[in-house]
Amino acid sequence: MQTTAMNAVEADSLVKTYPGGVKALDGLSITVRPGEVFGLLGPNGAGKSTTIKILTTLARPDSGTATIAGHAVLSRPDRVRRVIGVVSQRSGADPMASGRDNLVLQARLYGMRGAELARRVAELLDRFDLGDAAGRQVRTYSGGMQRRLDVALGLVHRPRVLFLDEPTTGLDPEARAAMWEEIARLAGDDSLAILLTTHYLDEADRLAGRLAIVDGGRVVAEGTPEGLKAELRGDAVHLELREAPDEQRVRSLIGALPGVREIVFDGRRLSARADDGAAAVPIAIAALDQAGVPVAAVTVARPSLDDVYLRHAGRRFAQTDEPVAAGVGGAR
Amino acid sequence: MSGLFVHTWWMSHRRLKALLRNPGLVVMTLVQPAIWLFLFGGLFRKVAELPGFGAASYVDYLVPGVVVMSAVSSNMWSGMGVIDEIERGTLNRFLVSPVSRSAILNAGVIEQAVSTAVQSLIIILLGRLAGASYPGGVLGVVVLVVASILLGAIFSALSSTMGLLVRQRDTIIGLSVFLLLPLTFLSSAFMAKSLMPSWIQNVAAFNPLNWSLDTARGALAADPDWQAVAVHGGWLLGLAALMIWLSTSSFRSYQKSI
Ligand SMILES: Nc1ncnc2c1ncn2[C@@H]1O[C@H](COP(=O)(O)OP(=O)(O)OP(=O)(O)O)[C@@H](O)[C@H]1O
Ligand SMILES: [Mg+2]
Repeated sequence: MQTTAMNAVEADSLVKTYPGGVKALDGLSITVRPGEVFGLLGPNGAGKSTTIKILTTLARPDSGTATIAGHAVLSRPDRVRRVIGVVSQRSGADPMASGRDNLVLQARLYGMRGAELARRVAELLDRFDLGDAAGRQVRTYSGGMQRRLDVALGLVHRPRVLFLDEPTTGLDPEARAAMWEEIARLAGDDSLAILLTTHYLDEADRLAGRLAIVDGGRVVAEGTPEGLKAELRGDAVHLELREAPDEQRVRSLIGALPGVREIVFDGRRLSARADDGAAAVPIAIAALDQAGVPVAAVTVARPSLDDVYLRHAGRRFAQTDEPVAAGVGGAR
Repeated sequence: MSGLFVHTWWMSHRRLKALLRNPGLVVMTLVQPAIWLFLFGGLFRKVAELPGFGAASYVDYLVPGVVVMSAVSSNMWSGMGVIDEIERGTLNRFLVSPVSRSAILNAGVIEQAVSTAVQSLIIILLGRLAGASYPGGVLGVVVLVVASILLGAIFSALSSTMGLLVRQRDTIIGLSVFLLLPLTFLSSAFMAKSLMPSWIQNVAAFNPLNWSLDTARGALAADPDWQAVAVHGGWLLGLAALMIWLSTSSFRSYQKSI
């Protein structure tokens, strides 16, 4: 439906290898439509920041192409820089300067002057609730205040595409809630597209209109949070066994139960999908008990993004450092 | 072009404002030069009486030495600032803005030049308090300041290059520890050239710190030796240009490593 309007971001088959052979991106492609909030969700080292660095003209890909609001990142970085706002994973504000000085310099670098500049800086200080602290050195700011300043810095020149690299990592729950509200407010502005990266499933779920799950430098799933969850028919059932199971045996045992599928092992944890979770659990526990595999804990849940992740990356989101050896093939 | 000028202006403005915000640091960096001038200069006062030393007083002789030594000493730390800005993400914030890359580099050179000039002038005034006279007059003093700026630029660029390439604070500290005193003692900073052992004289001929002293002393003399000023100043300028070029290309290699 959006084919006529120019996409905010188009990245096609980006590949990036760092010295030492680390393949940070391995053919990543995404499209962000004008005005939408697009989430890049993935664990440490998935390639989220690398994607942002390429799209914001900081780094060059080994291969692949990208455009921002129609401007080619590789051949017209100058134009791209005028239409993007960037809030990187690391703050970027000058800690020894005041919040106001940081904003004023940023505005000057984008060519603002005089009354226009003063108005814009005042407006942002007010909007991000930094008015009282405007004259203080940024190093005296709390984590939440610093992050708000970072976002304000990214917005000074009214960009068309805003990149937010982990905007809430390291914030306490209160500051995170405030940041979420701010991002939701920004999302209401139809002329601004936002590309947001996050580790947090609930954050992506809540803020992103569409999202891509990134793993190992490529997109493993893409869609709306609702759509991705809907793909997983049925409930998620997680069983925690008392000891590491004989996977083959338990798989055939559970797999034989009616309406149960997509069995994935992760150490002592076993996850599966069931048409009716509440009905499947007692049968499963009984069957396991009989086979001498005692169950320590059980949870049944409506599908979450975590389950989406598990399905596509073959491992749980939180423990992504240890891939699950078996189990991926069990899906579908 | 005007964009480059405006950006250079504002990027330098930022740096100089940071300097002004921290006057305590300036005072701190003057403690060492004051010690050299007043204590060392006082202790070795009689050195000037050595036959063939050729200076009216030891403090007269010492001031250029302390000025250029301090220029090296303070500029060797600029790599620390580079590492800070990389780690904080400040440098990357500028790199994704329309600011021209040259403006970022220019601002570093301008800050270095201004702070070295201020520092040198203060030391020259301190020297005055310690009783030194500058027979070469204002022109001589100007040449001394310019020589210390150029010398500072050489070591600032070296330190920044290390910061950009190695990105480890230890390397910058090591640079300072290993270079500052040898460079100073292998020069005519504290002892007249004719009285130095011949091997040190030979080594000093290749020492940029010594070039800056030859440049400055040439101009500060009652009867200035402009040829020495031109020759040694030329070497200094050439090496400064080379080092700034080197740090520019290491900036490019930093950009490739992001
Ligand atoms: N400048 C760099 N030099 C070398 N390797 C790098 C560099 N930047 C990233 N990498 C490597 O590339 C891979 C992807 O890193 P990237 O920063 O894109 O991950 P990420 O998804 O942002 O992770 P995180 O959630 O931890 O921020 C990692 O293995 C990382 O170590
Ligand atoms: Mg990252």
